[in-house]
Amino acid sequence: MALLSVSDLAVSFGGVRAVAGVSFDVEAGEIFTLIGPNGAGKTTVFNLISRIYSPSAGRMAFDGVDLTKTPPYRIAALGVARTFQNIELFENATVLDNLLIGHHAHGRSSLIGDLIFSRATRRSLREAREAAEEALELLRLQRYRHAGVGGLPYGVRKVVELARALCARPKLLLLDEPSSGLNAGETDAMAEWILQIRDRLAVTILVVEHDMSLVSRVSDRVAALNQGAVLALGTAAEVRDDPRVIEAYLGGGEDVESLRRPA
Amino acid sequence: MELAQQVLSGLAQGCVYGLIALGFVLIYKATEAVNFAQGEMLMLGAFGCLALMRFAGLPFAVAAVLAVAGMGALGALVERVALRPLLGQPQFAVVMLTIGLGYVARGLVSMIPDIGPETNALDTPYKGLALRAFGLVVSADHLAIVATTLALCASLYLLFKYTRIGVAMQAASQNQLAAHYMGIPVKRLNGLAWALSGAVAGCAGILIAPIVFVHMNMGNIGLKAFPAAVVGGFGSMPGAIVGGVVVGVVESLAGFYLPEGFKDIAAYVVLLAMLVVKPTGLFGETLRKKV
Amino acid sequence: MRRSIPTDYDASLRLIPDPAKAVGWATLLAVLLALPYLVGNYWLSQFAFIYIYAVAGLGVMLLAGYTGLISIGHAAFLGTGAYTEAYLTARGAPFPLAMAAAALLSTAAGIVIGLPALRVRGIYLAIATLAFGFIAEEVFARWESVTGGNTGMQVKPAIFLSWTLRSQASIYYLALGVCALVTLATINLVRSPTGRAFVAIRDSEVSAQSLGIPVARYKTMAFALSAAFVGLAGALYAHKLRFLSPEQFSISQSIDLIMLVVVGGLGSIPGAFFGAVFLIVTPQAIAIAKDYLPPSVGQAPGLQAVVFGGALIGFVLLEPSGLYGRWVKIATYLRMFPFYPAGAFRRQKSFQRSERFR
Repeated sequence: MALLSVSDLAVSFGGVRAVAGVSFDVEAGEIFTLIGPNGAGKTTVFNLISRIYSPSAGRMAFDGVDLTKTPPYRIAALGVARTFQNIELFENATVLDNLLIGHHAHGRSSLIGDLIFSRATRRSLREAREAAEEALELLRLQRYRHAGVGGLPYGVRKVVELARALCARPKLLLLDEPSSGLNAGETDAMAEWILQIRDRLAVTILVVEHDMSLVSRVSDRVAALNQGAVLALGTAAEVRDDPRVIEAYLGGGEDVESLRRPA
Repeated sequence: MELAQQVLSGLAQGCVYGLIALGFVLIYKATEAVNFAQGEMLMLGAFGCLALMRFAGLPFAVAAVLAVAGMGALGALVERVALRPLLGQPQFAVVMLTIGLGYVARGLVSMIPDIGPETNALDTPYKGLALRAFGLVVSADHLAIVATTLALCASLYLLFKYTRIGVAMQAASQNQLAAHYMGIPVKRLNGLAWALSGAVAGCAGILIAPIVFVHMNMGNIGLKAFPAAVVGGFGSMPGAIVGGVVVGVVESLAGFYLPEGFKDIAAYVVLLAMLVVKPTGLFGETLRKKV
Repeated sequence: MRRSIPTDYDASLRLIPDPAKAVGWATLLAVLLALPYLVGNYWLSQFAFIYIYAVAGLGVMLLAGYTGLISIGHAAFLGTGAYTEAYLTARGAPFPLAMAAAALLSTAAGIVIGLPALRVRGIYLAIATLAFGFIAEEVFARWESVTGGNTGMQVKPAIFLSWTLRSQASIYYLALGVCALVTLATINLVRSPTGRAFVAIRDSEVSAQSLGIPVARYKTMAFALSAAFVGLAGALYAHKLRFLSPEQFSISQSIDLIMLVVVGGLGSIPGAFFGAVFLIVTPQAIAIAKDYLPPSVGQAPGLQAVVFGGALIGFVLLEPSGLYGRWVKIATYLRMFPFYPAGAFRRQKSFQRSERFR
């Protein structure tokens, strides 16, 4: 059974059908990428899966649990973590604090316990710290441990957000445009980390991405979206060469010809 | 008849609330700043008119116009000096700043010799007059309030709909960055919004002076802008007037039909009810963040 | 220079990680405990007020500074705590019981107000709490059988077993004790998962939600806890002033509480103390300075308003991190002299982030 299965998912905002019947399955242990032109509905699908929006139709199931009506704060405990297109870090905290919050879903502490700093609270904090240190080590962020997030360069902030998602010990990781705003070197490193996360941490990864070389490098399977529906699904090479996908990105065959320089 | 009389006086009071809320919404729409000093701007307008009449011997009409213009200038000055440095900071900072400005305004006014610490009467030309029709009595003060409110609303409507500046202000209030790219001087228009708001507040102050008298705490009525703006919808100028009238009428009826004390909290009960039922107000719109 | 370098994670969990600092805190505590033997009643009274307002300040700081929820109606909880304490003490309850009841009732009031109010955000929340504050003030004035209404209510001295807390020293110790407990609880909370969750909610609700924090529930928790602390402060307030009347719990008092945390330093625990000192010391300073000013300024009823308003404006424009922030900057400068980097605390220029979209 697939780890994540999405069937006939649809949502509308006012009159706009942002997602109009999207279906795909993500198998455990694979890296599955969603591509498509801007406005295709890729981030909206993410927001549906992480329950920021509620679908108007369709079903989602994760690890056997029906996600369609789950409250948004439950998905972390189920094993889903995500990063955001526009970085949503906790700006007034340090990198370490951000990562410690990442582990929240697995903590066992109560308000009264926290007020007296009980043993359960201490244990939660210790576990959170261990998860944070593992993430810091994997992504080589140790020297930023106590730095305030607000002053860090953009590339580092993106990696911190990834680290924070890893602290939630997810089974499924949703990465929204992990390479946007990164230069070639940083994109390279990001590709390596995505592969390492799949291989070493056994995390399934669902990615939204525009950078086709990154897509080809990391993806096991790719789905191309356009105007809220799936155009093609297969390996990166298959989808890239699919005529419908080419048309969605570049326009009809004749237009493509007109773009070619005369011989 | 009693009911109609209550409704009528509630209407007039509501127009005052609406005017205060209008100035408030003008600022909010343009700069998303919540101005807790709106009531104090009202008070300054009233004191300005009083001072010009008392110390410079000017007739009411001249003093009133000058006071309103002065308040407009003060509004623009406040925006330039106090608000612009706060660009980019959370809304809370602006709230605290305006609270501070209100305190300072109240304190400084109390230091004006002769009139500051006292409760003063404003000599309007229509003082004491009243209109009697259909068994109802409407005082000239109330009539002036309603008439001025209608006139101001009409002028602002024309300004925003048909003049270039008005359209530019609307654009800036909806999307600052896009307006900036279009060559609209956003910061200057923010100043204009504050100036208009100050002028409207000044008008309101002069209009209610005959009823509540001119004293340093007369700005407390400014708090009623909040129920009015919440009922009408924070970003909506017609909403501000409608909200103010609703609050005024409810208050008037509460004072008449309900036991003592309910009149003071009626406005806030209406506010809370609105937040439960439709937080965005009668004319407001729901907006959602895109992640 | 850090004198102690942590060698395991547990070390960083300790209350006072640096042993050298522990000595400093112990000395301070000893001095405060010995204060009634060192100074007269006037100073004891001022310190007691500082402790009381620090407790209230910690409550407001927790909500506004750490969770990012602005409430301009917190005087309602101060009043709830105060009147509960006065009512129960008059009926013979010992102060531990009465104060616990005051805290619990304030918590309940916090939940009752919080549940509807927290359904809206940002400025709407502030306005909702403002409205609740007005309604609470009116309730205090109308419910004469319990509160004595507008004529006010005498508060009997606190009792426990055979002690009656009548002297300034006894009230001082009571206030110090409660303040120490509340401060300890707040320090614990802030470094615990719940406290971090509050900060997460302040900085990014949507990612807090995605990391497993039930935002609505935690917001209500923050509100209720804040109300409990302010209610405790109210109970102390009742015994300190010995007389309660509804106008002590008006919007003016609510604004004083918010001013306390803003001037003190939003988002820090020492900020509550700095703010409390500011709130208590400034009127005294004005009273002294009055005689040196020309009569139209010195005797004006609005002199305190000008000073408070001016301070608020000054801090918002020039020192947003408050008195504590300035203290930290000065301490850092002195500690690093002469290597203090010029741009050490410079804030990044940010552009208007619309709060209409949340």
